[in-house]
Parts: sequence; C-alpha cells; structure tokens
Amino acid sequence: MARELRAGDLSARELAEAHLDLIDRQDGPMHAWLTTDREGALASADAADARFMEARHGRKDDHGADALAALPPLLGIPIALKDLVLQRGRPATAGSRILEGFISPYDAHITERLMDAGVVILGRTNMDEFAMGSSTEHSAWGPTGNPWDLSRVPGGSSGGSAAAVAAFHTPLSIGTDTGGSIRQPAALTGTVGIKPTYGRVSRYGIVAFASSLDQIGPFGRDTRDAALLLAAIAGRDERDSTSAPIPVPDYAAELPEGDDEAAASIRGARLGLPKQYFVKGMEPGVEARVREAVAALEAAGAEVVEVDLPHTDYGLATYYIIAPAEASANLARYDGIRYGRADRGRDVLGDYLSTRGNGFGAEVKRRIMLGTYALSAGYYDAYYIKAQKVRTLIKSDFDRAFEDVDALVAPTSPTVAFPLGARLDDPVAMYLSDACTLPVNMAGLPGISVPCGLSEGLPVGLQFIGKAWDEGRLFRLGRAYEAITAKADWRTLEPPGLTTPGSVAAASSRSHT
Amino acid sequence: MATLSRKDVEHVALLARLGLADDELARLEGQLNHILDQYAVLSELPTDEIPPTAQTIEVENILREDVVEPSFSVEEALAGAPERSGDYFVVPAIMTEEAR
Repeated sequence: MARELRAGDLSARELAEAHLDLIDRQDGPMHAWLTTDREGALASADAADARFMEARHGRKDDHGADALAALPPLLGIPIALKDLVLQRGRPATAGSRILEGFISPYDAHITERLMDAGVVILGRTNMDEFAMGSSTEHSAWGPTGNPWDLSRVPGGSSGGSAAAVAAFHTPLSIGTDTGGSIRQPAALTGTVGIKPTYGRVSRYGIVAFASSLDQIGPFGRDTRDAALLLAAIAGRDERDSTSAPIPVPDYAAELPEGDDEAAASIRGARLGLPKQYFVKGMEPGVEARVREAVAALEAAGAEVVEVDLPHTDYGLATYYIIAPAEASANLARYDGIRYGRADRGRDVLGDYLSTRGNGFGAEVKRRIMLGTYALSAGYYDAYYIKAQKVRTLIKSDFDRAFEDVDALVAPTSPTVAFPLGARLDDPVAMYLSDACTLPVNMAGLPGISVPCGLSEGLPVGLQFIGKAWDEGRLFRLGRAYEAITAKADWRTLEPPGLTTPGSVAAASSRSHT
Repeated sequence: MATLSRKDVEHVALLARLGLADDELARLEGQLNHILDQYAVLSELPTDEIPPTAQTIEVENILREDVVEPSFSVEEALAGAPERSGDYFVVPAIMTEEAR
C-alpha cells in the first residue's frame, strides 16, 4: 500500500474509503469495531494525500528527489485503535458501561505519535472490559466473532483489533497486552502481534489495567508491518515515567528484503524450547504445528535446545494475584463523580456502590474482588507479597535461560479459537488460555506471535520470546520464519467468506508492499 | 489457605465499593473460593529468602524537571462531569446535621 500511495496509483482517501466501506458491509455479524470515524479518517487521509502530492511535485527540483522517501513510512495507512487508547474528542469505553458516554479530553502519547506519522485512524475496536479476558466476550457491548469462524472467539482482550486485521478491515491495529492480550488473539486469528518489553511504549493516555504488566503493541498481517508500527509508537515519553530512555532501532530497516536472505539469517541462531510450555490441556493439533515449525527452523539452520523454566506452572496463580491486585487499585478511580457513569444512592457511599455495582461487568467485579481481597489486611503477605516473590523466581528462570540462548520459541496459545460461550462459566478454564503468554509479562520481556499453520481449519500461533529490549531480534526471527514457510500451502489461506477491501486496496493486503 | 464465607465476600465487596445483588454474591462466593484454591500451589514454594519483584525494568528514580506545563482548563476538566455546579464537581453531602 505504501508503495502505491507514493507512486500515486492509489490515494489515501481511496484506501480509507475502501476499508470503511468494507467495515460497513461486513462488520455486522463480526463486531470487531465499536465505532468508526469516517469524517476524521477522511480528513487525515486528505492531509496525507496533500503531503504525497507536495513531495511528488518537489521531485524535479534539487532537493525533491528524496522528498517521497523522507515521508513517514506509514503515511496514509489505515489503522484501528483498541477502545482504551484515548483520542481527543472521541469516545473511549474500554469495553465498559462505566465509561459509556465518556469523551477523551486529550490524546494518548501513541495517538499523538500516530497522527504525526500521518496514519489514518479508521475507528475503535472491541475488547474485553478493561482488557480483562481472553475472548472479547467480556465486552459490555457484546462479543466479537473470529473471522475464520464467526461462532468462535477471536481471543482477547484485544480481540477486535486482531479480528479487524485478520478480516482485512485494516492492515494495522493497536492492542495492549497484560497477560497475553495481543499475542493470544494474534495466534487465534492468524495475525502477527508483538508485546514489547515493559517500558518500550509510553502508556500515557491508555486506560490502565495492571500497571506493572500492561504494555502497548501492534498487530499486522506480517512481521514487517508490525515492525513499522512499533517503531512509530515506541520510545521515551516524559509523561509515563515507566517508559524507558532506551534508543529504538529502525526495526523494519533491519529486516532482510528477500525471502532467501531472510531464511538464511536464521543460520546459527540459538533458540530455547521451554519444555513446560507444552502445557496440560494443549490440543494435539496445536502441539503438532508448533513442533513442525521448530523442525522447520532447525532445518533452516537454527540450533534449538530444550530449556527448563521450572516455575512456569506457578505463573497462572501468580498472575491472577498480581494483576487483579493492581487492577483493584487502578479501577478505584471510577467513582461516578468526575467522569463516566453516575448512579445515585442514598449517600456518597451509596453512590459509589450503585455506580460501580451497575457499571462494571461480571469479570471486572470478579477481579476487583480478588484483588481487594489479596491486598486486604491479614492477606497481603500471604497473597500479594508471596506472588511478588514467585514473580522473582519466574523472572530468574528466564534470566538463566537467556545465558545460553538468543531467544525462546514456544506455542502462543494452548488451543485454537474456542466456541463463543465455551469458557464463560469457568473463569479458571478461561485463565488457562494465557498459560504460555503471561509469564513473559511477569518478566517484562518482549514476545511476538506469528502464524504457523492451521489446526482443525483454525490458525495456530508460534511465539518467540526475547531478552529485554530485543524486539529487533524477534522481528528478524519472525521474518525468517515467514521466509522459510513462504511456500507452505497454509500461507495462501485466508478467513473464508471474506473479500478484501474492494478492487482499490485488493492489489496488496500489506501496508509496506 | 483461607476459605471465604458469604460474610467475607460481603465485606470485600464493601471494601471495593461494589454494590452487588444477592445472586452475584452467591456466585462470587463459589467462584472466588475456586480461584483461591488454585492459589494454594504457591505455598509449595519456599520463598523466605526471595526478594519480591514489583517491576521489571532496571531504570529507576525517573524524575522530570519541576516546571509548569499547560494543563486542562476548568471547562475541559469538567466536560465529563456527571454533575457540576459552577466550576465544581458535585458530590453528595458527607456530613449530617448533627455532625456539623
């Protein structure tokens, strides 16, 4: 798309309209989007077209030859924001009734960065309420269907962002990942999603869930797209003191162009396969695809050794103490006084009880209750401090593994997309969806999920986990795997029953081609 | 580890400022106890000598210059208020006649 936009074969307005029309036609039964913003999107698209025009006309003078090349790489490219990213003057519900009617008074840091990059924001995508969930069924606005099978979940909590990319409604989207909320839906929808290192992207203007775990990241249909989008949003921002003052590489520029070169780049890579990640309850079809992917990496010259992460099995319990504890504190701000929903009771306490009792959904209440209990007098040491100590052990497992290997390769999700409703009545079964992803958040590490084939006709994800700040390596590994499997039959498969966004955009489905 | 009674659930709900209906309290009692059972695995691990981890990146003491930055106007800050009076958010009275 970027090439066609530069050549003038396609305008940003045509691209935005084609995608918006497709959303209008197709999203009814899928419900990946909560709102679209045709007016705002077309205004951004027109501004992008004006910049292309200016650069193209400047070509003939002495300085103009590089004007097109100097434009931001994502100029004019459509994108979706998860409904917890603030955008001034637009709604942001985070999937919750308690924020019904809320209009953002300011832009998130990443919204500013995306606007500066000239990206065209098409709208906002569905999510589990306050990002708490693994299926997008906990949205107050109803679930999202998986484009591969609308009767199944797209994963979560960034399910809308993943489904929108998988369905060709947008080439790029933004998600957040607290325990797997980018990587697991990427796996379940056959898209690429990366959770960067904790501190890589500023969270200023993002609705908070669990502040020691939350991180923002991109979805794309391939590794290069995800790399371009991460580079556009990453880096230090004074308004989020956890955003790290560490230089951000030009991830996409580091990726080999051709498939042969990309495939060759895997030679000599030393990868660890954590034996504990083939968890109880993993579907045989998923395990088979992941082991085949590992074999393909080995055949291409990677060295894969089994590694031991002995505290993996404690991850789930640790996560489900720490995340709810932090959430119970973060969600205390929804008081019905300053913004959002307000229900009246008999007195000020009554106001709180009714606003929060009516405004939050079942899963959010469950987690607030768990977190409040874990932090309450008499239980703080037994639960919260204990969990933080086990977190140290989980992090040490990774530190030890990385003494010997460059990165880890593992499944993303133990299962393919499950049917809507299948796990709603059993929170513990739902929580198992994140068994292979949440230890990575607890250690603050980056992890990427790339598609690695189908099981039962549904996508399976392969996860690469890296050392802190080593996203560049994850993109290179993902790109190498794409090159190695470029000719695999499953690469040509797309979600059934969908059309690409009209003849205009059908020419290319990825943002960089 | 502890088991939560119905009374405990009601107490935690009050601490969390969540007004819950009877059927919600009943459902939560079962679900919370089921989840707490899963936490029991952690007690297998000896952790007396292990320091807790609150955050994972090595940067610390990040401070910004103490300079005034533009912030919201009163109108912007109050734009989302469910109820306002002039330049103020409205909250119910918290003191009774006798307390005054």
